[in-house]
Amino acid sequence: MTDNDLLRLENIGVRLGGRQILSGVSFSVAPGQFTGLIGPNGAGKTTLLRVILGLQQPTEGRVLLNGSPKTRHGGGLIGYVPQKLAIDQDMPLRARDVVGLGIDGNKLGFPLPSASRRRQITEALEAVGAESYADARIGELSGGEQQRVLIAHALIGRPRLLLLDEPLANLDLKSEQGIVSVLARLAHDQGIAVLISAHDLNPLLREIDTVVYVAAGRAAAGRTDEIIQSDVLSALYGSRVDVLHVNGRVLVIAGEEQQELQAHHPAETGVVVGLDRT
Amino acid sequence: MGHFFSYIVEPGLLSNSAVRTAFLVGTVVAVTSGVVGVLTVIRGQSFAGHSLADVATTGGAGAFLIGVNQFWGFLIAGVAGAAIMELIGVQRRRGRDVATGVVLGAALGAAALFLYLGTQTSSTTGASFTILFGSMFVISPDTVPALIASGVLALAVVAVLSRVLLLTSLSPELAAARGVPVRAVGIAYLAALAVAVSLSAVVIGAVLSTALLIGPAATALRVAKSPGRAMAAAALIGTAVTWLGILLAYDSFYWPPHGHGWPVSFFVVALVVMAYLLSYAWRPRRSRRERVAAAAADQKEPACSPA
Repeated sequence: MTDNDLLRLENIGVRLGGRQILSGVSFSVAPGQFTGLIGPNGAGKTTLLRVILGLQQPTEGRVLLNGSPKTRHGGGLIGYVPQKLAIDQDMPLRARDVVGLGIDGNKLGFPLPSASRRRQITEALEAVGAESYADARIGELSGGEQQRVLIAHALIGRPRLLLLDEPLANLDLKSEQGIVSVLARLAHDQGIAVLISAHDLNPLLREIDTVVYVAAGRAAAGRTDEIIQSDVLSALYGSRVDVLHVNGRVLVIAGEEQQELQAHHPAETGVVVGLDRT
Repeated sequence: MGHFFSYIVEPGLLSNSAVRTAFLVGTVVAVTSGVVGVLTVIRGQSFAGHSLADVATTGGAGAFLIGVNQFWGFLIAGVAGAAIMELIGVQRRRGRDVATGVVLGAALGAAALFLYLGTQTSSTTGASFTILFGSMFVISPDTVPALIASGVLALAVVAVLSRVLLLTSLSPELAAARGVPVRAVGIAYLAALAVAVSLSAVVIGAVLSTALLIGPAATALRVAKSPGRAMAAAALIGTAVTWLGILLAYDSFYWPPHGHGWPVSFFVVALVVMAYLLSYAWRPRRSRRERVAAAAADQKEPACSPA
């Protein structure tokens, strides 16, 4: 850990309804760093994101943002991309309107159209390659297109840290790669720290700088090649874990004692849990 | 004045003070309902609006029983109903449907009792009909300032909260992460909705009030390109159907049975439905095949088996 870390989690623990969801989670993220928050479903990734966003108070530990304890909403330093939208297909919100809500959607009053506002929105859409469907209704866009619009929504507030909750879930391979390369460009060219949660490491493998691997409520953080190791992950899971490299893909195979961690589609997730494949 | 015009607009229409009041109040209510209704549909709270209308019925009936103007009954019961719904809704998601159903049944049962007792004691004919189905020609001039003030208040709440309400509808999590007090905003909005429902109940009756709230808004949302334009369009559609409804009701005095005008509410609701059906001609819903094609683009390709 260095002094110029943008985000630092120190020994975070969360208990919810008598259940320990997270314990002893520590890691840090530097500006311009592209980090994958990886782990099987139910491992505590979403809770961890909610702690960073200030939507969940940790029972132990603290979150430092830019060197000081996080204020309630991060003072505009954090941009957030939720997993999916809650609106219907027919709603008359254009992609452009959704991005505009990124400027002032949390303020009172109503927006007045202006040339500078329009230009700002267009620039944000261009930064994610979404300018061609700026005037389409958000509900009529595909999942990958919606994700790009939501990233533009988060970017327009000029955040220094971008948090994304499973943005690759339910995307086809091409959209997946498109989103990952947009994020890598934001991190490496614009110096934005990007933290993305995913249950599958493989789409991110080539682009991310560091990984935070979450399993059984605990986390291990470091360079991808340091963490995705049989001994590191075995210590994390508390049982034997094998790491296989197959055709440039990584498969993490956890032991039979981890029945409670279920991967619904092991072949897709790359995190194969509770299956004997030897 | 041409023959055709005088056929539609009966001579002496605007010299009648009850008709002038109907036009004035009808316009205020149509604009309020249209604007609030657009957010109701976007937020998926049409059912909440309908529930508030049922509760408002009880309030209107209770007000009639104790001899108070029914608007105050609608308003107080509507706002109280909104508060109760908020309490039920936040505590336990699972029990919400059941609780809502039980409360609404009790509310309408109480309304039946109040209307029965009220009509027994005061021998006012038509009061039950006015509360349930409205009558724009019997709006008391005394309440007009209060009706206008309530409409302006509801519009102001929605105008001030419009961006926050849109962001919250888009994703409650996202709004919360950006510091929006999602729950407080939801309560303020429900209160504005209760006011809009009460106003609508005065014009077309408590039972039908959601028609004016949801119908023009749903129509506008199908044709407009942005939420702001949808609100303007809903206000216009609402005003148009209300005015036409008043005209037709006034004309219907000479329709069978002669000497008894048909209810305004019937015309308003019929026109609302016609406008909604017309919007499908304007902008047909995307065909099933198009939607399937869009969905297929999102489907993950079959993963290559590691075996």
